Amino acid sequence: MSVSAMLLVFIKTILVVSVFLIHVMYVQYFERKVIGHMQSRMGPMRVGWHGLLQPIADSIKLFFKEDIIPSAADRPIFYIAPIIGVIAGVSSVAVIPLWENFSIANLNVGILYILALSSIASYSVILGGWASNSKYSFLGGLRSSAQVISYEIAMGLSLVGVMMMAGSANLNDIVKAQANGWFIVPQIIAFVVFFISALAETNRVPFDLPEAETELVSGFATEYSGMRWALFFMAEYAGMFVMSGLAATCFLGGWSGPQIPFMGTMSGLIWFLMKLYMFIFIYFWIRATLPRYRYDQLMGLGWKIFIPLALLNIVITGLVKIL
Amino acid sequence: MPGTYIPTNYLPVAIIMVFAALVGLGAVVAGILVRPRRPYLQKLIAYESGNPPVGEPRYRFSVKFYIIAMLFVVFDVEAVFLYPWAVAYDKLGIFGFVEMMLFIFILLIGYIYVWKKGAFVWE
Repeated sequence: MSVSAMLLVFIKTILVVSVFLIHVMYVQYFERKVIGHMQSRMGPMRVGWHGLLQPIADSIKLFFKEDIIPSAADRPIFYIAPIIGVIAGVSSVAVIPLWENFSIANLNVGILYILALSSIASYSVILGGWASNSKYSFLGGLRSSAQVISYEIAMGLSLVGVMMMAGSANLNDIVKAQANGWFIVPQIIAFVVFFISALAETNRVPFDLPEAETELVSGFATEYSGMRWALFFMAEYAGMFVMSGLAATCFLGGWSGPQIPFMGTMSGLIWFLMKLYMFIFIYFWIRATLPRYRYDQLMGLGWKIFIPLALLNIVITGLVKIL
Repeated sequence: MPGTYIPTNYLPVAIIMVFAALVGLGAVVAGILVRPRRPYLQKLIAYESGNPPVGEPRYRFSVKFYIIAMLFVVFDVEAVFLYPWAVAYDKLGIFGFVEMMLFIFILLIGYIYVWKKGAFVWE
């Protein structure tokens, strides 16, 4: 690889990630607006036109907030935990194809890469909870790690069916394999398992037990403040984007869709973003609608229902392909 | 160069990880210049709903969490075996299918055993 090619890759990567970070910043505006309107409120309205500058104002505010580190905290781990979260959350986006044959890194092990990074993301939560040396944080971290590892199995197994259909773990190939029909139809069981597991994996309502504010204050993030807390928040939303992007790519055909006039290859990007934001909207919709699960129900659901269902889906897919 | 494989596909992954780390670090470190720092005892003790903290925060917790962690290792290894199998499924044919059904069947016996032992019950 020549130096100029490397420079090109460098610029491309930084550019895409920067745009991604702006999306991550603005999705919380989207969330507040969606939930606001679902509750007959307006959502943010004061900063800028219809509150459009709200995320920027929030960032500036968090930037100026005092950074409180409890004296009992395990300092090095306390510092490193949110940064692990951000690295894992943001870098998972690298393998998701944005339009035809374009992803930041076109890896043959795309799905494995995302699953691996989502495992690493759970470290940030448990390390943060442990290092804070506070009861609420500790319990939040424990709960979260048990929940995330339980649902990760179901999520990983549900994606096996998709890999069998496509014969590849490369996300670009998976999109191309869906030229004759989206995988949501033959893999409907896998889709349901995947989407609900993704909710649990990103600690979203109705599975937001690690940060159940009525019992655990703010869970693993109780002792975090200012910018460090914001990094946890950023990691969570980046994770949400990655899961929605993965769902759109594996089950709804990713960037594929009818050519939009005058858009060229960008038409793929528009289709992809529409599918992605549809999933993100569903995340918020669920948050505005459903109450929180109980912890024993959550673990029971994961181990007793989703794992057998995902295994059954693999067997069915195998049988159908053989016949 | 023969014999040396340079994974150029992974260069963007390295760049993105370093960039993400710099964004995280930068946000925290740059704030030192502008944010206030006025620590005092009450602010620095662990939050316990306004009361002074009682006892050790890292107290004994349910053994269930260990069991879940151990089960996770077993099932995750199983999933790891399934990934290459799934990718190569078209080439393996009926042999691959029967082989994996046997594997899943053996796993299922263990799964039922664990269920009967009550590992999935949270009281």
